[in-house]
Amino acid sequence: MSDQKMDSERRNLILATTAAGSVAVVAAAVPFVGSLAPSERAKAAGAPVEADIGNLKAGEKMVVKWRGKPVWILRRTKEMLASLETTKDSLADPDSKEPQQPEYARNTQRARPNPNPDTGKDGDDYLVVIGICTHLGCSPSDKSAEGNWHGGFLCPCHGSQFDLAGRVFKSQPAPTNLEVPPYKFLSPTRILIGDDSGAGTSSEA
Amino acid sequence: MASIYPKYQSDGSRLGGLMEWFDARFPLTSLWKAHLSEYYAPKNFNFWYFFGSIALVVLIIQVVSGIFLTMNYKPDGNLNAAGIPGAFAAVEYIMRDVWGGWFIRNMHSTGASAFFIVVYLHMFRGMLYGSYRKPRELIWIFGVLIFLCLMAEAFMGYLLPWGQMSYWGAQVILNLFSAIPVVGPDLSVFARGDFVVSDTTLNRFFAFHVIAVPLALIGLVVAHVLALHEVGSNNPDGVEIKKFKDEKGIPLDGVPFHPYYTIGHDLPAISIFMFFFFAVVFFWPEGGGYFLEANNFLPADPMKTPNHIAPVWYFTPFYSMLRAMVWNFFWIPAKLWGVIAMGGGVVILAFLPWLDRSPVKSIRYRGPIFKNLLTVFVIGFLILGYLGAQVPEYCFFDQAWLPGAVIAQIFTFYYFLFFLTMPYWSKIDKCKPVPERVTFK
Repeated sequence: MSDQKMDSERRNLILATTAAGSVAVVAAAVPFVGSLAPSERAKAAGAPVEADIGNLKAGEKMVVKWRGKPVWILRRTKEMLASLETTKDSLADPDSKEPQQPEYARNTQRARPNPNPDTGKDGDDYLVVIGICTHLGCSPSDKSAEGNWHGGFLCPCHGSQFDLAGRVFKSQPAPTNLEVPPYKFLSPTRILIGDDSGAGTSSEA
Repeated sequence: MASIYPKYQSDGSRLGGLMEWFDARFPLTSLWKAHLSEYYAPKNFNFWYFFGSIALVVLIIQVVSGIFLTMNYKPDGNLNAAGIPGAFAAVEYIMRDVWGGWFIRNMHSTGASAFFIVVYLHMFRGMLYGSYRKPRELIWIFGVLIFLCLMAEAFMGYLLPWGQMSYWGAQVILNLFSAIPVVGPDLSVFARGDFVVSDTTLNRFFAFHVIAVPLALIGLVVAHVLALHEVGSNNPDGVEIKKFKDEKGIPLDGVPFHPYYTIGHDLPAISIFMFFFFAVVFFWPEGGGYFLEANNFLPADPMKTPNHIAPVWYFTPFYSMLRAMVWNFFWIPAKLWGVIAMGGGVVILAFLPWLDRSPVKSIRYRGPIFKNLLTVFVIGFLILGYLGAQVPEYCFFDQAWLPGAVIAQIFTFYYFLFFLTMPYWSKIDKCKPVPERVTFK
């Protein structure tokens, strides 16, 4: 650098060049950064999946893949449903205030009424949740009832615990209850996950 | 770059003439002299000074074995005709069907663990002798950036075998982004390039692992060494050898790096290192389940998390810090605190040059406060590392009153307290007088 004072016209030209160059660099970065976002194909891959729940006995759980994630369908027993009242006091969000479910699943059972294949009457024994922990995305494993524990799910990664409605207990790493996907019953033995249109209640949470 | 070193003068021989021709066009002699034959390093280096050179050797091992692995590996997350993900099958192919493939792969996987062992020791050397203190702050900061790059490199490389640990490890770490308020969940999707860890994620990790991060890493290593050679090496006494020079301007306590340290000091150390390194490569590549985890011999299954997932050993201390945060306070959810603790645990290292206010550099002349606190710090860091590899509900010796989770919280707290209170206790510590020149027997 010299001691000479800079020609103000040249200085302005340098500033203008720098500004134009910066704009060009930012513009050139757009397609590169944009290419990292999910592609059109990835966005389109979220089609609803249908599952046959006809063979699911009380107390059994099945897993279906939807949008690459495991979705659990658990048919709860009477004891299991009764435990949802007992766990209430030790839960972080017992009334499902956080928007982690469609409006129709915002109840103690976190389920929409389902047609019961045995009695023909409506029940709420089917739990449908995305089996991905709301902490850091591991898939919790089943933890059967034992002592004071009424049964539920335990995340193997950081130990978050959930009850049989996928509700998280207090002081756990997981901040919210497990997510309930939009779903509807096509018949007493068939369920559609990922789509709840035309099933009475909207999915707006 | 104008050089202070004279150009090569030919002695009239053919080879000398070639050298002179070359030197007139490229600063070969001056580079050689500036960085090796006339770089004067303190003569009192001890074994702690091996690890910088060894780290460079491991870097070369990783680059060479990595290049050869890419020749047979395919970053393919989709299932092949046999129902096995392509990437997982490619690693099995390398292990079973490629001539020498198992050797190259074991070298690369053992190299990853070796890199961290060596780098942790290298960093600890810096803490022992105050190598980060003025005027070496930038060397240290470049070093912390190298450590960060190394962590990114290891993390992304770990996804490539596409085993259960690869998959769920990446799932957990990429979900860390989702803890960031407002933009977090979108950022997490953006980092994966998909709504779940998928083939897209695998391919971009491959690109980062083999090109982007290594380029940055090598650039930073060059900056690290250039900054070191600009100010000169520290030594176990923490005194500046440049203070006392002979009439030629050569430090009285310095010896030329080459051949004294290259041949006389580092080469024997590298030989011993290689002995242990290849013993692991040949006879113990799984490292007891710590270098290669058992669950990673199962192909990735997005439907099921293995019952015990833990990161590879070199991440476990920081992983423990992540798990230790279970309280929401200051309106910040526990999840975000965990991420802050994990990231902060690494970033806080960069501030060490300014946190340490001790009048002396080396542990040889520092007082009891530093020695005691540092001892607890090391023990705590090792315990955090151990706990990070255990199940969350782990108890020491199966004793309910020694719950791992609480102990991890205590040492996480201590880790940060050690650094944050350092400006205070490092100043009041009772230091011993520092000699004028290095001590050397």
